[in-house]
Amino acid sequence: MNLNSLTIKQARQGLRAKQFSSLELVETHLTEIEKRNKSLNAFLTVCSNEALAKARKADELIKDGQNFPLLGIPIAAKDIFSTKGLKTTAASKVLEDYIPQYNATVIERLQSAGAIIVGKTNMDAWAHGSSGENSDFGPVKNPWNEQYVPGGSSSGSAVSVTSGMAMAATGTDTGGSIRLPASFTNTVGLKPTYGRVSRYGIIAMASSLDSIGHFTKTVEDSALLLRITAGRDKLDATTPPEIVPNYFNSLSNGVKGLKIGVPKEYVLGLESEISNNFNGSLKILKKLGAEIIEISLPSTEYGIACYYIIQPAEVSSNLARYDGIRYGNDRSFFGDEAKRRIMLGTFTLSVGYYEAYYKKAMKIRTLIVNDFENAFTKVDAIISPVSPTKPWKIGEKVNDPLKMYLSDALTVNANLAGIPGLSVPSGFIQGLPVGVQFLGAKFSEALLFRIGYAFEQETKFYQKAPYEL
Amino acid sequence: MNYRVVIGLEAHVELKTQSKMFCSCSADYFGQEPNTHICPVCLGLPGALPVPNQRAIEWCVQIGQALNCHIPLFAKFDRKNYFYPDLPKGYQISQYDQPFCLGGTISVSGKKFGITRVHMEEDTGKLTHGGDVSLIDFNRSGVPLVEIVTEPDFDNAKDVKAYLQKLQQIVRYLGVSDADMEKGQMRLEPNISVSLDTKSKELPRYKVEVKNINSFGFVEKAVNFEIKRQLEILQSGKTPVQETRGWDENKNATVSQRVKEEANDYRYFPEPDIPPIRWTQKQIDQLKLSLPILPDEAVEKAIALNIKVADAVRVSESVQVFSTFMGAAPIAAQHGITAQGVANFIINNKKMDVSGTTPAELVTEIVNLSKNEDVNKDELRAIVQKVIKDNPKIAEDYKKGKDSVIQFAIGQVMYAIKKKIDVNIVRKLILEELK
Repeated sequence: MNLNSLTIKQARQGLRAKQFSSLELVETHLTEIEKRNKSLNAFLTVCSNEALAKARKADELIKDGQNFPLLGIPIAAKDIFSTKGLKTTAASKVLEDYIPQYNATVIERLQSAGAIIVGKTNMDAWAHGSSGENSDFGPVKNPWNEQYVPGGSSSGSAVSVTSGMAMAATGTDTGGSIRLPASFTNTVGLKPTYGRVSRYGIIAMASSLDSIGHFTKTVEDSALLLRITAGRDKLDATTPPEIVPNYFNSLSNGVKGLKIGVPKEYVLGLESEISNNFNGSLKILKKLGAEIIEISLPSTEYGIACYYIIQPAEVSSNLARYDGIRYGNDRSFFGDEAKRRIMLGTFTLSVGYYEAYYKKAMKIRTLIVNDFENAFTKVDAIISPVSPTKPWKIGEKVNDPLKMYLSDALTVNANLAGIPGLSVPSGFIQGLPVGVQFLGAKFSEALLFRIGYAFEQETKFYQKAPYEL
Repeated sequence: MNYRVVIGLEAHVELKTQSKMFCSCSADYFGQEPNTHICPVCLGLPGALPVPNQRAIEWCVQIGQALNCHIPLFAKFDRKNYFYPDLPKGYQISQYDQPFCLGGTISVSGKKFGITRVHMEEDTGKLTHGGDVSLIDFNRSGVPLVEIVTEPDFDNAKDVKAYLQKLQQIVRYLGVSDADMEKGQMRLEPNISVSLDTKSKELPRYKVEVKNINSFGFVEKAVNFEIKRQLEILQSGKTPVQETRGWDENKNATVSQRVKEEANDYRYFPEPDIPPIRWTQKQIDQLKLSLPILPDEAVEKAIALNIKVADAVRVSESVQVFSTFMGAAPIAAQHGITAQGVANFIINNKKMDVSGTTPAELVTEIVNLSKNEDVNKDELRAIVQKVIKDNPKIAEDYKKGKDSVIQFAIGQVMYAIKKKIDVNIVRKLILEELK
């Protein structure tokens, strides 16, 4: 067993028991990056020296008996999180040489908790994409089979965790960008409630949809991270003062007696292997004592259309600041996907089209919100596959944007409604990981962790790695 | 008159809050070293987010309340998308269809004008062009800005000027802005159009917006210039172009800046980074209750003290002078000085900065000035005699029954003696000598 196969929980125990040092832990992860990043392309920036220096510091603190929740733990950050003094590109050539003057709130909080950033991870440029192929610095490959995509847009973060390059990694989920890559890489991906985690310092994609989450190997580790990142931030007006509960209190309460809904609209048109895998997951939950109930979310089919109005509209506005006056590179450095979204969004917000597109999409968004609110009067949580298909081959969908957009069909509605979603590994199809997602009412992360934990403890898929670590 | 003038006004007022509209940088930028009051938010750096300044919003609402606006319980911010080098985010956070204040009125020189809306936005950075470089100073970026838009109710430059002066007076009374035009704290944009159809109530089909006006005098000039310019075009059978013009103080004329072929498309949409503002009626009422006294009310209060209307207006020009006046009036009464006496002093006095004086100090000053110096009666009589002798016309006129000449004689005596003495004694002596 190698140190990079450990969960954060195990690593903390090991560090405290002086079984190994933070320096060894960080070194192991850096070695893995060195060994595999060339082919996987998960990291855009690796900060070995800083990480090693911090690990030494962490070891001193541990020796002093300090016990921050992530003290000495190596993590990675999606390259869309501003890191002071450390290049932050959003995987776009436009920001190729941009070095932020400040830290994102999440980075501040993770570092204050003792976490050590080993590097910045690759992604679809500006978080536009579902496969990781839209990076201006080359696609990220899936370590479970390098011919396949790892899912996007937080592709590098997902890959860094599953391949033992980092113990956890931050991500952003605007339409599925955490849950999808988590499901394709056998990791746990959390998309928290909109506003639960501060967006301050994270390069905006679509501001009303961006949720800030993370990848971990286990549900318990995911809860540990959320305890640190969640909560009111006076620098983000969309973070409510809602208290952050202790997610561990109810973590092992099991699912017995819980009503879990299966939206009938979500299981139409699934690939048969996905369908089989999903039915298997339902069986496990039933066995654990949950009551599985069929429900309806009637506006589901309008989700993608609604999402592809609102999201590009916000994108077009958010990318306006990269006007060539600042940041070095001008607009010609935008890739095709960014240009596509800028044009779409500019169009739908224009006079004469606003009513027909943006305004209508906002109305549909309200219907989707209502759908979920109704559902949660009948069930405690909802389960569905994360992706209607298993991971696809690199290059398979790049020339068909619409097909690529449809891979988010089961994830975007949670973003439109602002509700939390937890993606948990649910097994493998031809050696490639797939996952299920649990959706809950706003601020119900504790419940999602509880369900996810029960499912994970029963299945233990997380113990599998893409190769011997 | 065989033509009709239609003018509506947009005024921008910078609030003097401590911090900027959406970040904690100091909003006091005037005369500061460039780019020293900046942070990720007002620089629009990737990932930075706006957090609205509560004080600024409350002040915006209070401006609206002072202008008799309706304050909707729901309001939101919107993004106004456009490109300009002084706009670091590529959009300005403003308010589009649901602003803080709607539908008010203002009374100016006996007339009522409609206020369309009062909304909150952020100021931009400042560009300086020199040689082949352009420099951007972001100290001003994000300073709270309130825009006050009127109905097209004005038809002459005089009313426009009077309205703007009143608006300046109101925001100063509220204490929310110094509204110093030279410092750019208040900016004016009249929209002017002219129609030869005097019967129709419809708005002309074009309008000309004039920008870059930094004094009330220039507004008046610019409006008059535009009326004349547009009228000449109309009378030649053409229609003036819809455009933005600027006031050129050297040429004493407006000059074309930008022709608007069609309306600018700002692609407004709700600002997703700022949750909508939902007031309770109680909060709105509370803000209204905490409004300080306003100019119209101040004038009424002064009039109630039995002073001339014109003088009441004069002593109410600024809230500082007004409060000194109101405080001084009862104290002055104890010394036998009327409110009008106090007003007279305030209006005529050239030496004293009344706005920086306490009421008690002011009264002491008035009492001191009205105190008469002692004078030797014989010395005074000698001077009176000399004045009568040197000015034979005094005696002549007096004999003819022209009593007004006495006033002249008093003036001459007072001038010669160079002391502040009781006028009644002088008058008595003159009359005695003339007998």
